[in-house]
Amino acid sequence: MFSDTDLQRLLFGRLTLADIPYHEPILQVTFAGVAVGGLAVLAAITYFRFWGPLWRDWVTSVDHKKIGIMYVVLALVMLLRGFADALLMRSQQAISFGANEGYLPPHHYDQIFTAHGVIMIFFVAMPFVTGLMNYVVPLQIGARDVAFPFLNNFSFWMTVSGAVTTMISLFVGEFARTGWLAYPPLSGADMSPGVGVDYYIWGLQIAGIGTTLSGINLVATIVKMRAPGMSMMKMPIFTWTSLCTNVLIVAAFPILAAVLALLTLDRYVGTHFFTNDLGGNPMMYFNLIWIWGHPEVYILILPAFGVFSEITSTFSGKRLFGYTSMVYATVVITILSYLVWLHHFFTMGSGANVNSFFGITTMIISIPTGAKIFNWLFTMYRGRIRFDVPMLWTVSFMVTFVIGGMTGVLLAVPPADFVLHNSLFLIAHFHNVIIGGVLFGMFAGVNYWWPKAFGFKLDQFWGKVSFWFWTIGFYVAFMPLYVLGLMGVTRRAQHFDDPSLQPWFVVAAIGAGLIAIGIGAMIVQFAVSIKNREALRDVTGDPWGGRTLEWSTSSPPPDYNFAFTPVVHQLDAWWQMKARNFQRPVTGFHSIHMPKNTATGVILGVISIAFSFAMIWYIWWLAALTAVATLVVAIAHTFNYNRDFYIPAETVVRTEAQRTDALAVAGRA
Amino acid sequence: MSGASGHAANHGHGHDDHGHGAVHGHGSFKDYVTGFVLSVILTAIPFWLVMGDVIGDKLITGVVILGFAVVQIVVHMVYFLHMNTKSEGGWTFLALIFTVTIVVITLCGSIWVMHHLNTNMMPITADDARHAP
Repeated sequence: MFSDTDLQRLLFGRLTLADIPYHEPILQVTFAGVAVGGLAVLAAITYFRFWGPLWRDWVTSVDHKKIGIMYVVLALVMLLRGFADALLMRSQQAISFGANEGYLPPHHYDQIFTAHGVIMIFFVAMPFVTGLMNYVVPLQIGARDVAFPFLNNFSFWMTVSGAVTTMISLFVGEFARTGWLAYPPLSGADMSPGVGVDYYIWGLQIAGIGTTLSGINLVATIVKMRAPGMSMMKMPIFTWTSLCTNVLIVAAFPILAAVLALLTLDRYVGTHFFTNDLGGNPMMYFNLIWIWGHPEVYILILPAFGVFSEITSTFSGKRLFGYTSMVYATVVITILSYLVWLHHFFTMGSGANVNSFFGITTMIISIPTGAKIFNWLFTMYRGRIRFDVPMLWTVSFMVTFVIGGMTGVLLAVPPADFVLHNSLFLIAHFHNVIIGGVLFGMFAGVNYWWPKAFGFKLDQFWGKVSFWFWTIGFYVAFMPLYVLGLMGVTRRAQHFDDPSLQPWFVVAAIGAGLIAIGIGAMIVQFAVSIKNREALRDVTGDPWGGRTLEWSTSSPPPDYNFAFTPVVHQLDAWWQMKARNFQRPVTGFHSIHMPKNTATGVILGVISIAFSFAMIWYIWWLAALTAVATLVVAIAHTFNYNRDFYIPAETVVRTEAQRTDALAVAGRA
Repeated sequence: MSGASGHAANHGHGHDDHGHGAVHGHGSFKDYVTGFVLSVILTAIPFWLVMGDVIGDKLITGVVILGFAVVQIVVHMVYFLHMNTKSEGGWTFLALIFTVTIVVITLCGSIWVMHHLNTNMMPITADDARHAP
């Protein structure tokens, strides 16, 4: 194509046609699938003339509700990618014994386990958590949006940019082969000269900007924008856990940004922060990344705890047992999560006194967590429990998470950890808490708040099918890994010699298959519910007998959330309003001040993808161009003074009148 | 919670209105000048200490400069960021305490951990090994 290789280098950096892995059959099939699926989606959008609404009402929207839904959609889409990786790994390990090498060569297998970890944490769990917080927190505190609506939109598109950057690595070049935290010296320039680690670095840096900014945004929202009367100790518990999570995000993510920046310097300009020689110290990378990494797991689990608290108390028809102790447990976990990071590398060799300090702090964390479990149990005790789908997920969580927590305390004992470090026991443990805790929490949350977001409940039958396949599938998939881990099988192995291990891996693969059915059933659940939405319709806005303010407004809530800012007197404000025969105001509406949509967020997101692509492939002209473009667009946006508008009083009157009519019809029915 | 209740009137959006009820702590012109003068002095003294080699011992000079740096940070926080124990209903001070806690944990913890790692794991000479405990 280019006779002049210098010109090619100038234009395309180190990107050549050979970097596109069209010779790999697995990737050919995947690409064909993605291309066909993508074209089908584009065709459907065109056919239904959805491009205009998509752009006006969603992509450029600064409405926290729309952004929250988009976050969850991103999480679900990326869940499919991450789970496809999981299926590949489980099937490879189930067959790759003795003479059989399986179907994934090591260099491909290594990319898959790295991509699986990165995607599941950064682009499934994080968007899920952020999406739920975005949707629910402003409604729970009686606010009309988050503190910085544009920043919210921008944060979302930065997260998407990171996800897209990571996904590009599937078809252009390769992904990191280092494991999900990219430890040096393996991730250094000497051992990983290719683009894989660079995809990893830039994907995470871009997404990390989004996460940090959304953390700042939600902290400001919760601290400054609560409804009058809602003191800290009258905040709904989900808002409390969200506050703690976002404080953790703001404090922890800069550390990740810094440590990745140092690794970037090592790789791009030849510094020696984490090299083996010339004064570098790879263990400093372990130390720093886990100072981010441990708070990160609490960033994920705390909002899930909040979801379970809301659901337990709603579906038991009681106020949450031990609200105050729940709040203190959350705050204590927030602080303690900064004091345990070394338990991820006990085997590094810091010696007995360091290890015992971090072992003990780790065990201490189980105390507030255990207190929470007892609070949920006592909330259920003598309650009228309704086992709707959200409650099923919650009960399953309590059982599963306790098992995961106990294996965690076991791993916190340094001598035991020396045996179990990097074994499949560890893999089983953290999947036990992340699937059984975070993922179950998010699914419970989706089932719980779906009627709020869309105005109709999710289908019960398919919800229960999904629940049972997920729960049983989880146990079938991961209990064998505990056994294998105790027998000393290490993680990340592409091939095994000992045939006696094979049955366990086959069972684990069957478990992954059950989970696949669970995911399929969830998709069916969404489809069936959307199809039957008229039958599942809820016009009251309060389908579960809720206790917090989000259930006081209509489903879906109007753009402005609340026509009048609610006034709070007690915890469980909506419950108390209902108990006192609260009459919804039907007159006296004013025009409402709202922020305007803007395209700046998505434009910056697209530029960021181009920038990271340029940095990854050493296309310096494009990197310079996009860096300048980012600055110009960001500065230009600050001169946009046309940012707000008023929803006219007539519109508010009309919207509220519709709700009055709907409520009257529902009341008669 | 004065910060929250003061917000009831303005419909819950982060626009450029400063109508929140709480103490806001915008500085006066005098504050900025005081801060600027203090910053200049606190920068000039370390500069002089190094250039003039006043103390003579490099280690002590370094420690003294770090001391000035800490004072400098406090000056910036008080005069430019307008932080005190009451601004924003005490939230900025709470945030400061949290930040300091996390920074101290991170720095001291890292130094502690890496020091022990160095002592226990780095290669030693045969002579050291003979005298090791």
